Amino acid sequence: MAVTTQDQAQSPLGGSVLKNVSPQLLAWLVLGAFAILCLVLRDEYKDLVKYPKELMLPIEVWLEAGMDWFTLHFKPVFRFISMVLAEPMKGLEWVLHQMPWPFTMLVVAIIAYAAKGWKLAAFCLGALSYMLIVGYWDESMSTLALVGISVPMSLLLGFSLGLMAFQFRWARRIVEPMLDVMQTVPTFAYLVPILILFGVGPVVGMVASAIYASPPVVRAVMLGLGRVPDNVIESGQMSGCNPLQLLFLVRIPAATHTIMVGVNQTIMAALSMVIIAAIIGGFADIGWEVLSTMRKAQTGQSLLAGLVIVLMAMMMDRISRGFTERTGEIHLARTGNFLQRHPYLSSLVGAIGVGLILSGLFPGFSDYPKEWVFYPAESLNDVVAWFTRSFFGITDAIKTYTLYFFMLPMKAGLERIARPGSWGFDMTTMAAAIYWGVVVAIGAGAVRFWGWRAGVVTGLLSILFFYGSTGTPWPIFVAAVSLIAYQVGGWRVALFSFLGMGFMLVTGAWPRAMLSFYLAATSVIICFVLGGALGIWAAQNDRVSAVLRPINDTLQTMPLFVFLIPVIMVFLVGDFSALLAIIMYSIVPAIRYTEHGLRHVDPVAIEAARMMGCTERQVLWRVKLPLAVPEIMLGLNQVVMFALAMLVIAALVGTKGLGQWVYDSLTNARFGQGVIAGGSMALMAMIADRIIQAWAIQKKKDLGLTT
Amino acid sequence: MTDSSGRDVKMTCRHVWKVYGPEADGFFNNRNGDVPDPGALVHQVRENGHIGAACDVSFDVHVGEIFVIMGLSGSGKSTIVRCLSRLVEPTAGEVILDGEDLLKVSKEKLIDIRRHKMGMVFQNFGLLPHLSVLENVAFPLQVQGLDKAQRMARAMEMIELVGLSGRETSYPRQLSGGQQQRVGIARSLAVEPELWFLDEPFSALDPLIRRQMQDEFLRLQQLLHKTIVFITHDFLEALRLADRIAIMKDGQIVQIGTPAEVVMKPANDYVEEFTQDVPRVKVITAGDIMSAATGDADATVAVSATTTLERLMTRFGEGLSAIAVKNESGNIVGQVTPQAVLSALANEHDEENS
Repeated sequence: MAVTTQDQAQSPLGGSVLKNVSPQLLAWLVLGAFAILCLVLRDEYKDLVKYPKELMLPIEVWLEAGMDWFTLHFKPVFRFISMVLAEPMKGLEWVLHQMPWPFTMLVVAIIAYAAKGWKLAAFCLGALSYMLIVGYWDESMSTLALVGISVPMSLLLGFSLGLMAFQFRWARRIVEPMLDVMQTVPTFAYLVPILILFGVGPVVGMVASAIYASPPVVRAVMLGLGRVPDNVIESGQMSGCNPLQLLFLVRIPAATHTIMVGVNQTIMAALSMVIIAAIIGGFADIGWEVLSTMRKAQTGQSLLAGLVIVLMAMMMDRISRGFTERTGEIHLARTGNFLQRHPYLSSLVGAIGVGLILSGLFPGFSDYPKEWVFYPAESLNDVVAWFTRSFFGITDAIKTYTLYFFMLPMKAGLERIARPGSWGFDMTTMAAAIYWGVVVAIGAGAVRFWGWRAGVVTGLLSILFFYGSTGTPWPIFVAAVSLIAYQVGGWRVALFSFLGMGFMLVTGAWPRAMLSFYLAATSVIICFVLGGALGIWAAQNDRVSAVLRPINDTLQTMPLFVFLIPVIMVFLVGDFSALLAIIMYSIVPAIRYTEHGLRHVDPVAIEAARMMGCTERQVLWRVKLPLAVPEIMLGLNQVVMFALAMLVIAALVGTKGLGQWVYDSLTNARFGQGVIAGGSMALMAMIADRIIQAWAIQKKKDLGLTT
Repeated sequence: MTDSSGRDVKMTCRHVWKVYGPEADGFFNNRNGDVPDPGALVHQVRENGHIGAACDVSFDVHVGEIFVIMGLSGSGKSTIVRCLSRLVEPTAGEVILDGEDLLKVSKEKLIDIRRHKMGMVFQNFGLLPHLSVLENVAFPLQVQGLDKAQRMARAMEMIELVGLSGRETSYPRQLSGGQQQRVGIARSLAVEPELWFLDEPFSALDPLIRRQMQDEFLRLQQLLHKTIVFITHDFLEALRLADRIAIMKDGQIVQIGTPAEVVMKPANDYVEEFTQDVPRVKVITAGDIMSAATGDADATVAVSATTTLERLMTRFGEGLSAIAVKNESGNIVGQVTPQAVLSALANEHDEENS
């Protein structure tokens, strides 16, 4: 729980604390008493730590039975759809494989040029040359074929859903919560039901990514259409548009830019999912190449293949973003013949046509000669081996310290981890007493300086650190989270959190959820501190900002998979590697939102502070940071969402918890388990999301930033 | 249709109400908005936490006149012009266009009326960002289903009319504010509407450009003779352009009259406050202060009824004791004396001293 608050406005003056204890504080005092009671009784009543089996519901069994019935009756339908969907994909794949590589390159270069000009075209040519020279051309084309079919499907789906949700209130009521769920359900969990219904094969990845990637477009369509200025709509109405004309001739064109932003995100999500879906196998695409080499611990090979994914992601991102930026700017001539009016389209069609004809006339022309392939996997392996050998001392020390002094206590609790070998002492009664003594001292200081809320945070974190996420009695956890939810978001959020955690308890997902919680919480804390610091630095220093921005952009567009390659290369499998992968991916929003929040503080407030004689440091800490809190909170929210998404992928490097459980359900095609594990993961994300959002909104209101 | 003064009426707005709030409809027993005690209802609406954006608004718009609705922000002027075109659905009342109640026509009929009888210009231009100047102007014709050659030809005419020739292929964001509003004007005129709504068309422009656009607007009206409802918050703009002005406050009409009537006989303190800084010599005309012709005046030096006091005064400087006033067809309809001019101006002084 990365709960920190400096809400001085609410904290009463020191002297009057006892006289008028606020009901909020009172609730926490009661909870504190309850927590102590639970902790004292913990050894006597094991049920306090381990939720009793008798109180669980066989939800998994019910889900399995439901799915069995469904497949029994509807499987043929889905298999038929699968067959139909396979056709266009096969067609596109055939075209991409048949096209001679120089022509494919030409086609991509034309598109890139249309999107953003020469530089991007050159970049794309370079990226494609890499794929060609290293010998991953065919795999890359297979991946491209999957993306090429799933993106239009996704856009069609997303566009129609978005349009419906915009037009009809009832549809919005269905679509909005659905989007919430879709964006929080872990990627692997999508694959389970689709795998069962559609059977093994590339279609699964395609369907999964079409569904997975649609939410950004749905949101963008709803947002974009809603944001069209009133006077534009009114001018359409006064021009005599009927409702259909108003939608298609006025609203949608005027919203193109926003919608295109969604399209960009959809493309990136589709690529990410296509890569992840490789886990099912059965298709010689680049994702499979990375996965299989990674499993065989062939670092050099997986690096080379991973780079293909990175380049592909960058190409797709930049091209689609290029088009987004140029919406409404590209105005082709409206006179002349077809060639003059559509220079790009006609040259594309021409290139494809000529390419296919040539490859038909001269078979073998399409292939890049095997002798020209340069595949430096072995030498890369040597470099990596040399690197790990020479820096083993440092890397191992970082890993060990982080594990023993931070991660393991968060997981299993200091009481079980503290041994003379690591912490230098045994967890005797004496040591425990000292620990709690220190906690009380810190807590008292926190209350003195930042108000009672800081004391509450200290208390909760110290319980977590001492007993670990797996050793803390569940009633304390449930009560604390529900209380936080109630105080920041009202009874609805509290009820949602309570029921969500209840679901994890009765389905038996709780112990695994706690393992995931520990990993997510540790990485979120690190991201928040590290990313926040970087964000502050970037906000104060333009050069830092200029360096960080492209790095952030690149990290953000990478398919999740790619992050695993470098970490297991150096740190091997395990929780620490997972932690690093999660941090690499989810630190980005912490940096971005912090910088953005700080840079967009009302300049008048800053000028006023300077005129009152604030030093730069005072301006930062007393004016900018407090005013940027809501924005930073939204960043935190994103960090949590990203961390949970990556957590599931990190199961591939051997973590325990919900992620591993989802992955396991996929490999064994167990629907019930997949739903429970994926659902628990989604619930965790949604609870965090609701609480943090509510908090950010409250903060914003307090600061008078909302209208 | 004609009103009591015998002039042809294009549009009538009768007891129009627009109430915002959860139970807005509950205030009205009958849809025509004719309530026994409007004042009490306004009060009741406010008491119940509803907002009366337009309250019992009634006026006639004569054929070929410029009818200006003037009011400060929040006075309900924008709501009213939207009620006239049904961009906003009135809560109660009648809006009669050529003898037909607009509020009773079907959606399809309404669209048809907008396509052929109405044009509207918006404060922030409301241009479609994805269309060129030419396509923007042709847009109302496109939605009517006119074929491409015809609508492009018509749009070109309109662009020429507003003086934007040569900019047809530009996009809205490449134009200045004044140019964008010219596009807005051209578009609203493309369908040759009989009724022309202008919702604060010049408010978003710089003062100098605004002045130019007002002149341009008057020039167009000389040419086209449309029936116009013009919304503004600028009292001087209203005086400059209007044949008649309706002044609104808190959703209600405070006064309707010609510019001179409003300036010389403000209905209450609120209107009077607007008239404080008005240069009367530029607003009041010979027609406003003339008395019956006695024959003293020399018919050879007759001035037209629309001559302002400013110009009259220079004529009196020539030593005349009275000047004849003639109407548009050249017949003598009355005379003005220096005394009449002085008393019209002295009136102003009294106010300033009080």
